[in-house]
Amino acid sequence: MSRGKSSTSLAKKHNRAGWIFLTPATIMIAAMSFYPMIRAFFLSLQAGKGNNLTFTGLSNYTRMFKDAVFMQSLKNCFFYLIIQVPIMLVLALILASILNNKDLKFKGLFRTAIFLPCATSLVSYATIFRALFAVDGLVNVILIKVGIFDTGYNFLANATSARIVIILALIWRWTGYNMVFYLSGLQNIEYSVYEAAKIDGASPFQSFRKITVPLLKPTILLTAIMSTNGTLQLFDESLNLTNGGPSNATITMSHYIYNMTFKYVPSFGYAAAMSYLILFLVAILAFLQMKVGDTRD
Amino acid sequence: MTKGQKAAAYTILIIVSFVSVFPLYWMISAATNKSVDVSRGRLIPGGELINNLKNLMAQYDIGSAMWNSFKYAVILTLLALFICSLAGYGFEIYHSKGKDRVMSILLLAMMVPFAAIMIPLYQMFSSAGLLNSTLGFILPTISTPFLIMMFRQSARSFPHDIIEAARMDGLNEFQIFYKMFFPTMRSTYAAAMTITFMTAWNNYLWPKVIMIDKASITMPMLVANLKEGYVTDYGMLMLAVLLCTVPTAIVFFLLQKSFAEGITGAVK
Repeated sequence: MSRGKSSTSLAKKHNRAGWIFLTPATIMIAAMSFYPMIRAFFLSLQAGKGNNLTFTGLSNYTRMFKDAVFMQSLKNCFFYLIIQVPIMLVLALILASILNNKDLKFKGLFRTAIFLPCATSLVSYATIFRALFAVDGLVNVILIKVGIFDTGYNFLANATSARIVIILALIWRWTGYNMVFYLSGLQNIEYSVYEAAKIDGASPFQSFRKITVPLLKPTILLTAIMSTNGTLQLFDESLNLTNGGPSNATITMSHYIYNMTFKYVPSFGYAAAMSYLILFLVAILAFLQMKVGDTRD
Repeated sequence: MTKGQKAAAYTILIIVSFVSVFPLYWMISAATNKSVDVSRGRLIPGGELINNLKNLMAQYDIGSAMWNSFKYAVILTLLALFICSLAGYGFEIYHSKGKDRVMSILLLAMMVPFAAIMIPLYQMFSSAGLLNSTLGFILPTISTPFLIMMFRQSARSFPHDIIEAARMDGLNEFQIFYKMFFPTMRSTYAAAMTITFMTAWNNYLWPKVIMIDKASITMPMLVANLKEGYVTDYGMLMLAVLLCTVPTAIVFFLLQKSFAEGITGAVK
């Protein structure tokens, strides 16, 4: 009897210890993410400049759809999302499956080299790419020497080329990062599966399509959600590589929200409403991706 | 693998590795050259490193920006690792229905875009007098669902026998955490440390919002300010970029191996 009683009180004690351990982290997330989220929602229902805000209902939400710059920033983010994320993920997947091959040498070296761009800060690599693609930058120097251009081309002053530079920069920075996730995921697949496929006469492309991609599905889903989330929140690159230009052709939503909050006369309410649209999009896309990832074929 | 396939694989790997490393090589070489030579396309390292450094230090307070970044990132990393590993351990080892529910609510915070909470956080922090302060830098990211999840995942492989044995030996629950769990989970801590330090060092948007004083700015902010000048001095600019990259590169190389192991644990 007494033994049973003391073991329940022990279990209670342990349960309480568990709660104590997770309390600081939980409080901080509640205070630094959920509480501001609620405040942002109330802000989004108010309009005005600076701290002179009045309640206006949903007018901020209708305003953003008539705001040409915001619509442009929304389009830009989706442009990056649709073009850059698939290219990057496919490239990362191909590289990971090559590096997973047991017959190759210097794999550690290649892996480090390809992962290396992740060691740079976003501001740093944006600055490097800006310098490389400047009118007097290395890319132009090479193109002139080869004879493609006569004078330096201003890549960042043309909407299409500026977007391409951003996409190239993003691919450069993040491919290795996603590759590491795939390499980790591949370690969970028995290598003998590949050897058996080879004996059955499967080409490397076939085993990539029939073994690697299906078995890595959860990891692919994870990286797709992370990349979508990251792309919808792009800020550093837009600000430091192209400064949103030329004439907002490359501006991202977060960059525009930042400008609306801290660069011009602050419109806290309107900016908060726009940020809620990002949250909404992130949630919807994550949900859709999970649905797609869940279907068994 | 046939010979042809091998050759194709090596070709792809060499090209991608070259493209990955080249911009970083160019950054280092540009940091050691004069701006005019950089614009002419010089790729060989030169002897202008000291001059570029002198110019940089004369125009910008690079020492204070380095120190700020270092201070913010180290304090944030230590506290975040402690708070999040304690929580991850608590969620897994003492798991119950209630705790699982709390965890799934916390995971929702992963979807919260920073732009959405930036304005309320700014208002909260400015009324609390936390602008330009270390505390202001660290509080928003001191606890992240990602880190908690990582530690929860690794606690799953922590043997329950050890906990029972430690209890027999009279250790209390917190002692078990820091005397038993902490030393056995070194690779998870190393991975978490790499990720947290790099994210903290590289963070740009939040410090740009709250570090209004020139004396409190971070390295990424300094680099961004530097390129806004009218005429770009490439040598000086790339030296600043290099200085901003060195600390994260060092952490990355020191912890690379355990980083890969830690990620493997998290993906499983």
